[in-house]
Amino acid sequence: MNFEGFGELLPEIDRTNAPFWHGLASGELRLQKCARCSMHQYPAETFCYACGAQALDWVRVAGEGTIYSFVVVHQQYHKAFKDFLPYTVAIVQMDEGPRMLSAMLGLQRPARIGDRVMPCIRRIDGERAFLTYELAD
Amino acid sequence: MMDRLRQRYCIVGVGNTAFGSTPGESQVALNVQAIRAALADAGLTTRDLDGVLTKAPTSTFPMLWAPRVAEALRVRPAIVGTLDQAGGSNIGLIQYAISCIELGQGEVIAISYGDNPRTGTRASYARARGGDGAVAGLFGAPSSYALVARRRMHEYGTSKEQLAHVAMTHRYHAGMNPNAVYRSPITFDEYMNARWVAEPFGLLDCCPVSDGGAAYIVTTESRAKELAKAPVYIRGIGQSHPSWEFFRRPDMAASGAAASGRMCFESAGMSTADVDFCEIYDCFTIVPIITLEEYGFAERGRGGALYQEGETRIGGRLPCNTSGGLLSESGMPGTQLVCEAVRQLRGECGARQVRNPQVGLVSQQGGILTTHATMLLALEGGRRP
Repeated sequence: MNFEGFGELLPEIDRTNAPFWHGLASGELRLQKCARCSMHQYPAETFCYACGAQALDWVRVAGEGTIYSFVVVHQQYHKAFKDFLPYTVAIVQMDEGPRMLSAMLGLQRPARIGDRVMPCIRRIDGERAFLTYELAD
Repeated sequence: MMDRLRQRYCIVGVGNTAFGSTPGESQVALNVQAIRAALADAGLTTRDLDGVLTKAPTSTFPMLWAPRVAEALRVRPAIVGTLDQAGGSNIGLIQYAISCIELGQGEVIAISYGDNPRTGTRASYARARGGDGAVAGLFGAPSSYALVARRRMHEYGTSKEQLAHVAMTHRYHAGMNPNAVYRSPITFDEYMNARWVAEPFGLLDCCPVSDGGAAYIVTTESRAKELAKAPVYIRGIGQSHPSWEFFRRPDMAASGAAASGRMCFESAGMSTADVDFCEIYDCFTIVPIITLEEYGFAERGRGGALYQEGETRIGGRLPCNTSGGLLSESGMPGTQLVCEAVRQLRGECGARQVRNPQVGLVSQQGGILTTHATMLLALEGGRRP
């Protein structure tokens, strides 16, 4: 599968979110973890959403989870998804706490709420990657 | 709560433009036409205006919008402002208007919305959900609301068939509304065979993108009694805003309707049993079901059955969206629902008139169940302050 078209869909990478995106590019899923209250969080911020602490560490996580809800998109909103139509977009409840919004591309069977899922990092080119999920079974 | 105010407040004029596609009409023009129509309906003129309040056009979200509309009306009102609660603003602005009048800053305030996303730019309607929503493939409101619908169906057993009855019921009402954009009835098969947009939503689960403007005039009871039409009293207002990005909210498939409804009924000293009809923000078919359940018109999981059993049709126990709503009258974000509620109470709705209504409920919401506001309107003023 070719993911080149996804490059222009990446958000702007700045000081705060760079560890997440650079992590994906090196094959790692990372989240911020509060140095005071130990909560994991996403998206990245300069403070902890839970306790307000300004000391956060980036940690590697497994990022597995369950599908909280999903849709199957039939309409082409962006050409990057053209070859994947119809594709699934899921809200993944990660075991670490945060909920992620993620595409599920090339599914072998229809998704269901409650399905176990695992992260699947897709490489766009040598420097960029993005996070999708796939069914664990 | 409303009886703690100095006086009672009314909607005295409502107005709207044509809906659907209005080529050549600017956003300003649609606001001006709607406000002038509402003033004429009340027997007022621009000289009577003390305030112009607006909900910003969704398609471009310009700054300092109300001052521009005021300029185009050639008025220099004491009060201008734009409130950003998305669809919730349609009621939030009424609350702000009442506050201004209560503070003695004015007496007659116009509230309007007008936008031309259909003939102008509709880019904002297919925009990606911020941050990494784009790379996740989440574009436009239908996909986001479909995520809510799927979860709601999972939690409470709401069925696709029940969603069909929302679309069919509102379309049936639109068939009796000469100003509705979509008037041909929908059969169950047509609903089920409509192309998928984002499962579980097909095309007929989604409101259209429409041009148009709508406006209403708020004033005091004493002024209202001097005007052209029977006053419609603002009996209760509630708000509650779940806020947060929808997919991160702990209870994603719940809206602000439960808390907003409680606040509204309490402020009016009324209960669901007092309501003769509802005008509910129906951007997508799942929303009226969630809203009716949370207001307490049906138990959780039973809102869809109200539609399935015909209770929400004109002639049923609780007619809903008598003009066709966002789904069929006009996809613009909710201002027009207030106009319809006022016209129903005045008995001006012709073929789609609810029989002798005394109390109507309007619900508004915005974002992806991000904001919510509720209002009760009535022909009687209720307890005097």
